[in-house]
Amino acid sequence: MVRFENVGMRYGTGPEVLRDITLRLETGSFHFLTGPSGAGKTSLLRLVYLAERPSRGLISLFGEDLSRLTRAALAPLRRRIGIVFQDFRLIPHLSAFDNVALPLRVAGMAEAKLRDNVREMLEWVGLADKLDARPPTLSGGQQQRVAIARAVVARPKLLIADEPTGNVDDAMAQRLMRLFEELNKLGTTLIIATHNAALARQFGRPVLHLEAGELTAAAAAWAAS
Amino acid sequence: MGGVVSRPGLAIPFGRDGGSRFLPALTLLMVFLAGLALAAVMDLERALARWDQSLTGTLTVELPAATGAGDKSLDAALAALRVAPGVTSATPIDSAATAKLVAPWLGASLSPTDLELPRLVDVRLDPAARPDLAALRARLAKAAPGATLDDHQLWLDNLARFARSAELTALGILALIGGVAVISVSFATRTGLAVHHDVIELLHLMGARDGYVARQFERQALRLALIGGAGGLALAVAALLALGHATGAAAFLGERVTLLPTLHLRGWNWAVLAVLPVVAGLVAMATARLTVLATLRRLP
Repeated sequence: MVRFENVGMRYGTGPEVLRDITLRLETGSFHFLTGPSGAGKTSLLRLVYLAERPSRGLISLFGEDLSRLTRAALAPLRRRIGIVFQDFRLIPHLSAFDNVALPLRVAGMAEAKLRDNVREMLEWVGLADKLDARPPTLSGGQQQRVAIARAVVARPKLLIADEPTGNVDDAMAQRLMRLFEELNKLGTTLIIATHNAALARQFGRPVLHLEAGELTAAAAAWAAS
Repeated sequence: MGGVVSRPGLAIPFGRDGGSRFLPALTLLMVFLAGLALAAVMDLERALARWDQSLTGTLTVELPAATGAGDKSLDAALAALRVAPGVTSATPIDSAATAKLVAPWLGASLSPTDLELPRLVDVRLDPAARPDLAALRARLAKAAPGATLDDHQLWLDNLARFARSAELTALGILALIGGVAVISVSFATRTGLAVHHDVIELLHLMGARDGYVARQFERQALRLALIGGAGGLALAVAALLALGHATGAAAFLGERVTLLPTLHLRGWNWAVLAVLPVVAGLVAMATARLTVLATLRRLP
């Protein structure tokens, strides 16, 4: 599903923020990505969800070598990836319904067809009564759930979440993690970036641990700490 | 379901950037100016055709003032002209009419007898025939020495040259307006792209093709340009009607003595002007699309 070989990345002419990353995530797997702030978690995720190109090394996604793909060919790949951003990135002037409907509209789904999908997804995250609500009127937890609904509404093969529990209380964090587990059971591959060691430990999933831009072998020890 | 849900596709909040505010005003001004320039081009074409039509097929023969009662040169000239091939009529212009022609310069109080005015003959030619002007001049010189024949060509040539220069200037102004329109829309689109960078990146990461984002900017540019263009057209029509009324009134004050042409647009001229907002909209749309596509190409 996701394969990195000796990947390095830098922004512009700055120093490398990721160095010699080699990893392999199988289809249907569920990984936590951990590490301290500034370790490069978001940069690594940006490479996976195709927001950046690596400075060196090879990345393969869904069996496709990205270096061989044209820019236009990346758009269909992006549609197979769902992203939950750390800051949600909901569009404030659109309702919860329209925010969730956006990936389907981008993919060209007919309005009549997408309505049921979007409603079902908002029901799934417990926001059936908030279809018309705009993000600024929702609580942090509700916004987080709208963001998750938007990330999964197009039934992505790969779901990436950057600190999805960072802005919610423990009870809500547990609830969101159950939602992710449900998705994983349905066959979605998940990568969840978090600095919450207890959370990673509780769910007992494999951990990718980043330190200063490099994957380290300290993942198990960090998760156990 | 609320209003927002029922309006799909408007992911980019265009109402919140400056471009949305200044583009209609800018288009209004440009369509107004383009309307005036285009009207000038079309009216000059019409005026030129009318001058050409009114002067082609006529000649003016000028004889020196009569030297005395026995001066028969006018009769001799008329006789020579009337038998010349291609001439359909030769009518002497009486001294009162001649005096009226010079009245704007010399005043109306002068009596025709106060001045020794040249005698004029209005000659009409058969439009189907091509009279030999050299032979006609020779015939006239023999019959009435001192008579001159004016086919108005020099005056018409000068007028045509002036009209063409004015037309080219107006077309140049139109081209400049078009150029300014393209630059302005491009600038407004770039501003929009910068202001809405986060939403655009989000759409990009969701797998939106560049054309999807470009279409949103295109629609917005078309809508704003049509709004501004309609306002500009309304202003241009009002200005042209007022100008037409003013020049018409000047031309008909007493006698038609003014050298200025009257502004008179025909039906199809108005139809061409009515298309201007649509052209402005299409130019804005194409410019927005190309600008967005060029900018998005920098995203991975």
